[in-house]
Amino acid sequence: MIKTVTEATFEQDVIKNERPILVDLWAPWCGPCIAMEPALKELSTQFEGKVDIAKLNVDENPALAQSLDVMSIPNMILFKNGKPVDRIIGLTAKDKVASIMTAALA
Amino acid sequence: MSNHRQLIIIGSGPAGLSAAIYASRANLQPLLLEGEPIGVSDQPGGQLMNTTEIENYAGVVGTMGPQLMGIMREQALSFGTEVVTKRATKVDFSDRPFRVWEGDTLYTADTVIVSTGAKPLMLGIDDEWRLMGHGVSACATCDGFFFRGKDVVVVGGGDTAMEEALFLTNFASSVTVVHRRDKLRASKVMQDRATANAKIKFHWNAQVVGIDGEKQLESLQLKDTVTGEVSQLATHGLFIAIGHQPNSELFAGQLDLHPNGYVKTTGVSTSVVGVYAAGDIQDSRYRQAITSAGTGCMAALDAQRYIEEHHGDAPSQAGVAAGTPAKATA
Repeated sequence: MIKTVTEATFEQDVIKNERPILVDLWAPWCGPCIAMEPALKELSTQFEGKVDIAKLNVDENPALAQSLDVMSIPNMILFKNGKPVDRIIGLTAKDKVASIMTAALA
Repeated sequence: MSNHRQLIIIGSGPAGLSAAIYASRANLQPLLLEGEPIGVSDQPGGQLMNTTEIENYAGVVGTMGPQLMGIMREQALSFGTEVVTKRATKVDFSDRPFRVWEGDTLYTADTVIVSTGAKPLMLGIDDEWRLMGHGVSACATCDGFFFRGKDVVVVGGGDTAMEEALFLTNFASSVTVVHRRDKLRASKVMQDRATANAKIKFHWNAQVVGIDGEKQLESLQLKDTVTGEVSQLATHGLFIAIGHQPNSELFAGQLDLHPNGYVKTTGVSTSVVGVYAAGDIQDSRYRQAITSAGTGCMAALDAQRYIEEHHGDAPSQAGVAAGTPAKATA
């Protein structure tokens, strides 16, 4: 399951999340973001209970997006123990996203 | 041969999906290799996935590019198109049936429509990839939002460059169009719109030769195409719109190509009888969603006629049609 996070829930749902979590920064007007969705859905099943996935709408949470140095979407930031440890910018093959999620489990 | 189809369509922009709609409605049960979402310039749905509202597709009002592509895909599926979200990795059109690979999976077909489109050209400077997503963008509609109140640069002088420049004025405080000549090649209407916009400035006779910035884009090095002088231009964003190149690498050696890489066609027929090309892969002139859709329709109708004419001798096994000439004179 992919959780939706906002500026209000980010601290609790991402920073304090017990598992590594991949945050997908997206917007409804971004075609490549929508194209990324099916892969993220599959990954959320594949990594269930190991690495979580969350979505953050940049249109509704612009200040948070800016504080995360986002200048391009889709922008997927992997958090582990509350810190950003890896990032993928732009529409990307599922396998490549899976590889950074796997690396977070090490 | 379970992996045999009457028609395989490679690519899923307006051309490929229009071909799929016509062919599946004619009960040809086409296989559509729609590609994989692996890059902003390489995704199912094609270039319209990176656009906003569609203003010039007849009958379509108030619809976003990605939304339109979703509707076309649903329409193709509703008539029985078989969609595989993989990219074709190899083709062999030298013998019948034609062969198309997706990794280790081999498909054969009586006819093929190639509609893999075109992708934006990049500047060819190493730093454009290093700073991609950190000020350099390949998708103005995706990233314009992040340049609110900032100064940005659009490189290029065509319609796409003007469209991007105008779109970016919604966010940026200034947009500088950098063009290597002293006049635009964009259409009159787009030129008029751009020059009338107070936020858009033009930097003529200049070529981007360097992109600087540690973690984020800070400035560009511009070379004057007349004097050769190099100057610095500070900017937060760089949007590249200098043209397109066809995605025809897969067909090199299989189909006759123009020197610029576009597939040679007569109507929508390629140099191989039974293989058709539609959309931007064969069109360096119009490159519109609606012309792509039109040629996709033409290709499907031609493929259908070819299949009907060869009914009975349409080979489903290699070697059956050994006497059929594989190449036509283009």
